[in-house]
Parts: sequence; C-alpha cells; structure tokens
Amino acid sequence: MSGGMNLNLIVWRQENAGEPGRMMPYKAENISQDMSFLEMLDVVNERLINEGKRPIEFDSDCREGICGACGIVINGQPHGPKRGCTTCQLHMRSFKHGDTIVIEPWRSRAFPVIRDLVVDRASFDRIIQAGGYISAKTGSHADANAILVPKDDSDKAMDAAACIGCGACVAACPNASASLFTSAKISHLALLQQGKAEAKARVTRMIERMDLEGFGNCTNIGECESACPKEISIDMIARMKREYLKAMFAPIPQQKADAAG
Amino acid sequence: MAASGIGLILFCTMHLAGNLSLYLPEGSVFNAYTAKLEHLSLLLYVVEAGLVAVFLLHIVTAIQVTFANRRARGESYARGLKSKGGETKANVSSRYMIVSGLILLAFLIFHLWQLKFGPSEEAGYIAKLEGEDVRDLHRLVVETFQRPHNVALYVGVMLFLGLHLRHGFWSAFQSLGATNPRYSKPIYCTGVAVAALLAAGFLFIPLWIYFDVLGVYK
Ligand code: HEM
Ligand code: FES
Repeated sequence: MSGGMNLNLIVWRQENAGEPGRMMPYKAENISQDMSFLEMLDVVNERLINEGKRPIEFDSDCREGICGACGIVINGQPHGPKRGCTTCQLHMRSFKHGDTIVIEPWRSRAFPVIRDLVVDRASFDRIIQAGGYISAKTGSHADANAILVPKDDSDKAMDAAACIGCGACVAACPNASASLFTSAKISHLALLQQGKAEAKARVTRMIERMDLEGFGNCTNIGECESACPKEISIDMIARMKREYLKAMFAPIPQQKADAAG
Repeated sequence: MAASGIGLILFCTMHLAGNLSLYLPEGSVFNAYTAKLEHLSLLLYVVEAGLVAVFLLHIVTAIQVTFANRRARGESYARGLKSKGGETKANVSSRYMIVSGLILLAFLIFHLWQLKFGPSEEAGYIAKLEGEDVRDLHRLVVETFQRPHNVALYVGVMLFLGLHLRHGFWSAFQSLGATNPRYSKPIYCTGVAVAALLAAGFLFIPLWIYFDVLGVYK
C-alpha cells in the first residue's frame, strides 16, 4: 500500500463517571484507507500501550454493523459522516491525509460515560424491560403461515426491527430524545398479530420509562433518522404517538383495572 | 403542545380573516367586525379566557420542554452536532422554535397593550356605525401603521411567525400521530404554505397602510 494517512485526533478522555473529562490530542500515523474507523483506533491504542499509556476505551463487538455496541460521535456526527453506517463499518477512506477528527462519546444524561468513549446504555434495557416484549410463551417455532401477516405490515415491522439499539438517535437529537429507539421497539411489535394483545399496556409503560430515564422530548426535528445506521424513519415516532393516544383514550379493561388498583 | 399549537394556528387564521378588512381604506367594515366582537360581550370573554388558557398552556409547556431537553443532553458536544442530511427537518425553524416563540410572546404583550388596550372612545376614537357610536379601531390601526417603527416591528415579527409555523404545523400533526408515510411530505409542504400565507397576510397590512400606494388612507 502506498503511504498511509496521518491524522490528528482530538479525543474525549474521562477516567470514570465521577471525574470530569477533557479533549486530548493524539496522532494517528500511517493509517490505511482500507482500515475501519475502529481499526484506526486500535492502531493508536497499540502505540499508546507500547508507550505505557492508558489506551482510548471504546465499545465494539461484532464489527459488522449488527450488534449496536460501537458508536461514537465523529466530528459532530454519530457514527461518522456516512449515512446508514455504524462506526465499525465506517472506513478510513472517508477521511483525508492531514484531517483533524474530533471524537466524543454519545452525549445524554441517560447515557452516563463509563470511561472515555464508552457509555452506559442500561437505560435502553430498562425501556425494553418496561414492555418491549411479548409475555406469552410462544412455544417452539410456529408453522410459517400459521398467522397470516399482510406484506405491507411485515415490511414495516421488519424496518422497525432493524434497530440495533446503538443509541445514535439519542446522540444526534438536539433534545437527546430516545423517541426513535422506543418507537421502533414499539412498532415492530404493534404491527404484528402477536404483539397486538399487549400493545396498549406496552406503549404506555415504555413511554413512561423513557421519560423517567431522563431522555429529552421529541420536537420532530428528524436528526435521529438522519443518523440512524439502519435508516429507521420517524414515521415510527408518529406510530408510537398514535398508539399512545389510542391507549390513553381507549384503554383496555386490564389497564383500567391496573390504574384503579 | 400539538393540540394547543393547532388551536393557535386556527386563532391566527381567524384573526387574519377579520383583519383582511384593514386592506380597505374605509373603516366601516373593520369597525363593524370589531363592534360585532364587542357585542358578543359575555361570549367574547369566554372565548378570550379560552384563548389565554391555550396560549398559557402552549408557552408554559414550551418552556418546560426546552429546559428538560437542555438537561437531557448533559455535557455538550465540543463543536456541536452536524447533520448527516436526508429527510431531516433540522433547519432554523425547528432549531429555534423557543426563540421565535418567545419573540411572538413579547410581541403579543406589546400588541395587546398597543391596540386592544390602546386608546379607545374616551380618547376620541369614535366612529359612527348605523347611528351608533363604536370604537374607531380602524383609525387606531391606520395611525399605528403610519409610524415607520411600528411597521418595521410588525413586519419583523411576522417573519418569525412564519418561521414558527413552518415547523409548528407539521410538528403538530407528527406529534399527534396524524401522519402517514404517504402524507408526511404533503403535510410538511402544507405547513410551509400555511406559514407563508399567514405571515404574508399579516405582514402586508402594515406595509399596505404605510406605503399607501393608492393614496387612499388619510
Ligand atoms: C399585522 C398583524 C396584526 C394586526 C394588524 C393585528 C391587529 C389586532 C387588533 C386591531 C386587535 C384588537 C381587536 C379587538 O380587540 O377586537 C388584535 C387583537 C389580538 N391579536 Fe392581533 N394583529 C396582528 C397579528 C397578530 C398575531 C400574529 C397574533 C398572534 C401571535 C395576534 C394575537 C392577537 C390576540 C391574542 C388578540 C386579542 C384577541 C381578543 O382578545 O379578542 N395578533 N389584533
Ligand atoms: S461493533 Fe457491532 S455494530 Fe459496530
């Protein structure tokens, strides 16, 4: 490979949630265009380790865009400049020799920094725990056509189910709202027969949990959709609002009993 | 926010419809309209109380939401966020709703003080209407808009009204879940048109009176 790139990194370093962090400059030298963004950070970290310094901590797991573990803000853009792409799938060919790259963690009060670029996304897990599942035992794999699902609904449910829970929507939202995530998790169940029975209880509980976690309020700006590596549409948010209003104005008997009890 | 916002858009529409008669140099139509409103007496107070409630609901929620959203971010991004493009509705309208909203609020207070609670019959603003004495609001408005600083103020503020409604209209529909992938673009475009029409409708009243190209306003 003919001569790699040299880059100037400005990276958020923070020991732990309790201590203040700050931006620190680093050099990334001889970086190949074919490396992924995380591989570039690996190269920098190897050097830091050899120099006896603490490496830059970041999250990653699958490195193929499906687990949602990676996720950092690159030059003010969650997952970097490419649309429909996770940080692990972002290649260094998106940058030029001599570029300065500012690297920060997701910024949300509901995602406290654990160290450097690693944030704690347990708030997302708690939103799911509030109702993002079907409580009935589904038994073994059902016959493919036992429940007929219209193609249109199955397509929309699949679009929603593409969410990998990375949190880029929260990071990109000027209000740090988790509405795109929550609405995707509500939509992929609300659109299918199996999910309809508990739809009203689910939407109410998940939205309550989302608000309780300290996420901001959606003002329909749409930056979440723009940053989402799975390009999930804010139509999901409209569906969530619709489901919420349905649950509010026509609660199911069970929910009325819950509220009274 | 969405429901109260739609209420305010409806109010603006009706307000503009009534104000369109200001484009007439002759005061009888506008004065007849405002006198009709006055004659509603009790009903008008009920409607006005409702209007105040809707305004308060809208403004108080807006301020709460803005503070909550600031808090939700925590540490801010070193160099801010940068859009990745696409269908995003991020623009000056959506980003600065609180700014345009507060400008409209400040204007509203001034506007009510200047016109609604401004000089009336006691100060000689009396018009004869079918033998009856009514408040000559038409003259007050015309005199107001013969002063350039008032014209500049109203024109400036109406631009912010346009900005506010450009995002607000669509946002209200989206927040109520009243959009469908197929209609969300048309709804956004309708919002832009509604914002432009309302802003322009209000905005040209002071300009029309000030420049008086037909030389018909005294
Ligand atoms: C060029 C623009 C405008 C003109 C010439 C105008 C004119 C007037 C006049 C003459 C009144 C007194 C009517 C009466 O007391 O019966 C009035 C009342 C009022 N205006 Fe405007 N207005 C304009 C724009 C606006 C805008 C943009 C808003 C909303 C943000 C607004 C909100 C109000 C309200 C709330 C009242 C009180 C209504 C009531 O209590 O009956 N106005 N306006
Ligand atoms: S590491 Fe799994 S999505 Fe990037």
